Amino acid sequence: MSKQGLKGWKEIPEGGTVEEPGSSAQFNVQSWRTYRPELDKKKCTKCGMCWLYCPEAAIKILDDGSYEINLTYCKGCGICSKACALKAITMVKEEKS
Amino acid sequence: MKRMGLSGNYAAAYAVKMADVDVIAAYPITPQTTIVEKLSEFVANGELDAEYINVESEHSALSACVGASLTGARVFTATSSQGLAYMHEVLFMASALRTPIVMANVNRALSAPLNIWNDHSDAMAERDSGWIQLWASSAQEVFDTTVEAFKIAEDVQLPVMVNLDGYIVSHTYEPVNIPDEEEVRKYIPSKPMKNRLSPSLAYSIGVVGPPEYYFEMKYQAIDAMERSRVRIREIESDFNKRFGRSYDDIYTYFMDDVEYVLLTMGSMTGTARVVAESLRSRGEKVGVVAIRTFRPFPSERLAGILGDVGGIGIMDRATTPGGSSSPLYEDVASCLYSVQKRPILQGFVAGLGGRDVSIGEFEMMFMATKEAAKSGRSKPSIYVGLRG
Repeated sequence: MSKQGLKGWKEIPEGGTVEEPGSSAQFNVQSWRTYRPELDKKKCTKCGMCWLYCPEAAIKILDDGSYEINLTYCKGCGICSKACALKAITMVKEEKS
Repeated sequence: MKRMGLSGNYAAAYAVKMADVDVIAAYPITPQTTIVEKLSEFVANGELDAEYINVESEHSALSACVGASLTGARVFTATSSQGLAYMHEVLFMASALRTPIVMANVNRALSAPLNIWNDHSDAMAERDSGWIQLWASSAQEVFDTTVEAFKIAEDVQLPVMVNLDGYIVSHTYEPVNIPDEEEVRKYIPSKPMKNRLSPSLAYSIGVVGPPEYYFEMKYQAIDAMERSRVRIREIESDFNKRFGRSYDDIYTYFMDDVEYVLLTMGSMTGTARVVAESLRSRGEKVGVVAIRTFRPFPSERLAGILGDVGGIGIMDRATTPGGSSSPLYEDVASCLYSVQKRPILQGFVAGLGGRDVSIGEFEMMFMATKEAAKSGRSKPSIYVGLRG
């Protein structure tokens, strides 16, 4: 194990095999974003098109059937906002906060 | 044991049959075709219980082999020249993913101009792909090396390329001692291999290796190649004990009080030996050294053998245009850089595109090496037999 907490070559499974399923859930990709999707729940009719089109499965369905965007996995591609017929999702530029 | 008259290609096919492979995926190309032709016959006859996958290209052939190998199957493919070049990107994946594939590469020149004859440019172009490269110079050696290749590949988990010279070895019929199938199976038992591609394992293979991981992943295969040096010699010595034939990663001939040596690889070694013998009878203190294991290159041992020799002629059947010299020369020069009294090296490029190299030309190479050793100065690569 190195200083940064990354595994050394002897510790990585042979041939770079990833032996645990769903390991991509460990990766926070929010720094990749230039634009952030913002969902206006008042305009949303819960049609589910954003959920269907999101290539990263970063949109989840809540118990009441409404939708929420998980910004840990959202790369800001903007497909959801294009897919939304009611323009309930707007892409907002990420600013330093 | 039985004795059969086999071509180099058929010797490879018989070895693969005896290794009881599970999957063969290959695409025909001259002069390799008769290997997989024979194997498809064995599978069709029921003599070999294997999956024979017909593919539309060499790229697909090797891709199928990588997939099959990851399921734990024993896998074989064969190719030549353009076919090997077409496998290029998959070759690197096969080694880094640690798939113990065995391939027969029947050495042939690369186009253009289109040429189906022998030289080593196909294998040399894949020198850095992370494959172990063994070179066989007779039908018997092709059989034995192919059997050994499965053991080496599965032991170190790296793919192995068995090289045999197109036509000169591949299509020449020679008597070949074929051991009993039981003996071969004992030497390379079908052990359960590492199975990484399976419905019961949720593994991801061939993932992205970002800068934080690529180096470490690559180094695993580099380390396996380094470790293979010792294992190859142990596996060879086990083979020698069981089957009574002697193989090594370097062959040396006429090395008593030798003054200058011609270093070769592949079938040209035979001619070099004949010429050396005749020169010895005329009082010339010549010797021949042949490389059998080109990757991993036996640097340390070779430096030990050649360190005291006055002059070394290195004969390449390939070139690296614009490089310092030709591929074999560069490896020999590198391993001799650190010896105390560096021998004088003279490079030769010969036999490209199947051009015959005559006994007279071999004599010339020995003499040019002697001259270089005596004068202490060598010439740039000599292109043997090239018309001016």
